[in-house]
Amino acid sequence: MSEMYVSGQSGIGRLIQALAESGHAVIGPVIRNQALVYDEIDGVEDLPKGWTDLQEPGRYRLEHRGDEKLFGYVVGPASWKQYLSPPEAVVWAGTIGTEGFKSDPVPEPPKYAFFGVRPCELAALRILDNVYTSSNGLPTVAGYTATREKAFIVAVNCSDPGGNCFCVSMDTGPTAKAGYDISITEVVHNGNMRYLLTSGSETGAEVLASIEGLNHASSEEVEAGETVLARAADMMGKRLDTEDLPNLLKGNALNPRWESIADKCLACANCTMVCPTCFCNTVDDNLSLDGEHATRTRKWDSCFTLGFSYMHGQPMRESVGARYRQWMTHKLATWVDQFGEMGCVGCGRCITWCPVGIDITQEVEAIRRGDLRDTHIGVGGYV
Amino acid sequence: MALPKLAVYKFASCDGCQLSILDVEDLLLDIASVVHIANFPEASREVIEGPYDLTLVEGSITTAHDAERIHEIRRESKFLVTIGACATAGGIQALKNWKDTDLFARTVYAHPEYLDTLETSTPVKNHVEVNFELRGCPVDKMALVEVVAAFVQGRRPNIPEYSVCVECKRKGTPCVMVSHGTPCLGPVTQAGCGALCPSYNRGCYGCFGPMESPNTDMLAAAWQGLGVSHRGLVDAFRSFNAYAEPFRITSDHHEALAVAKGE
Repeated sequence: MSEMYVSGQSGIGRLIQALAESGHAVIGPVIRNQALVYDEIDGVEDLPKGWTDLQEPGRYRLEHRGDEKLFGYVVGPASWKQYLSPPEAVVWAGTIGTEGFKSDPVPEPPKYAFFGVRPCELAALRILDNVYTSSNGLPTVAGYTATREKAFIVAVNCSDPGGNCFCVSMDTGPTAKAGYDISITEVVHNGNMRYLLTSGSETGAEVLASIEGLNHASSEEVEAGETVLARAADMMGKRLDTEDLPNLLKGNALNPRWESIADKCLACANCTMVCPTCFCNTVDDNLSLDGEHATRTRKWDSCFTLGFSYMHGQPMRESVGARYRQWMTHKLATWVDQFGEMGCVGCGRCITWCPVGIDITQEVEAIRRGDLRDTHIGVGGYV
Repeated sequence: MALPKLAVYKFASCDGCQLSILDVEDLLLDIASVVHIANFPEASREVIEGPYDLTLVEGSITTAHDAERIHEIRRESKFLVTIGACATAGGIQALKNWKDTDLFARTVYAHPEYLDTLETSTPVKNHVEVNFELRGCPVDKMALVEVVAAFVQGRRPNIPEYSVCVECKRKGTPCVMVSHGTPCLGPVTQAGCGALCPSYNRGCYGCFGPMESPNTDMLAAAWQGLGVSHRGLVDAFRSFNAYAEPFRITSDHHEALAVAKGE
């Protein structure tokens, strides 16, 4: 096991500084428009110290905690995919001239340090890696691999799970197991804020070793961290029963529950936009008025838009029920066929940021209760 | 080869949408290099006769004369695009569709006998076939350039029909309904404005009209959960796109409830 260090909040500040000094754009949680999002941070003073997020289906509120915690909240509407697979990115641009096409120069991929990545988000990054960079036959997103490989990951274990969290059900948290360079656990020890830091990579170990003023954690401090995380695992706001889930959903393609969800669903696409693993995109080709400059832009899209399934003159998933079914069945069932694991990490974003509070864990339970499995009927009963 | 001829016509409207064409500034020269601006009285007194290859129509139909004129314009136009909330949905002036026009005329004008107006304000598509609708109050000027570019290049314009929420999320703007309980029409409104109001912590006003599959009933229920009355819902759905069918049906429904409950 790698070395466990301990520091106060000043040590966290020196870590942010060290990452910035080694040429990283350090991105971490900050408050914008009454929610926690990710943006560039300069130091520990930019972190939402003393804040927490109250999350319910369709409801999110920031509140003062009444303590000095730097990480006493979970995740907001933003996720790291906005840096690895940006919402809008030029895939290719070029100009036609007398000697044919000339491509516009491709910008250098940015060098990020992602600061405050939660264990469920580490799982989401691993899932995105699997989607975008493995040999699964899908085209890679321009720039993803280069940006991902350069990114330094500082994980933060979750001591205060939120009302819509179910990482324990998805086996992705609340403790980071892999996929980080440095991980942090925040504990209140003898009335003081203490930070346990450990490395998960050689680079992480080098960075930790270079930071002044870190002490080796005592066995008592290590134990305090373990206690916090064990308790967090019992504080999940939600639970998702994954037992035989892929077969359950695939066998219930014609369950009338899909249509009753459609009565509620706005098809606004918020759930897919905030999901840290939803990777659907569309591509717009634009040509300047003079016809000389062409731009191909990739944009986040969603299986909830009609345009997304538009083929041969009509959308293939006309009803909202069919669109919700596609989303949930892909996320929890056919994703397994495609990538060998589920696409859900239990972060609860889709529940919180649904304006009408549709809860994926409740919808799975509803299908499970009214299981009308019929293996003779395939997907496509209604569109 | 002769350039395609462009015409721009105005009906009942504020002129804001056709001014958006002039507002593209530098790109106006590019537009003029790919189409012949043949009939655009707001920009030039020179009018070249039709037929026209591309016609942009602003405004709604509010007079018997205009109801005739739009047919003439259709006959001389190969491709007719309506621009803005007035032309596509009847505009803010469609609020008169719920009221007594005679009463308004008598109240406002000293000599209402000089007025010749229809009882309703209706979108152009209720009168003639429309080839493409560009939404917004006003339209987005770059979307106008895109429509002209797509026409010239013979392709479908890249104009979204999904919700404003998609634009909010792409911009990284947290949801105003979820994070501070501000009622927002974004989930039922078509994108295109760049999610302007939520970026400033305001709810969406629905300037771009109903999105492709608007669930207005459920959004109205969510608004009621935030403390909005039936009367408040009527006011929200009856603005620039009041007469667009999904908004109209929902406002009528809540108006009946408001009356029944004595709001």
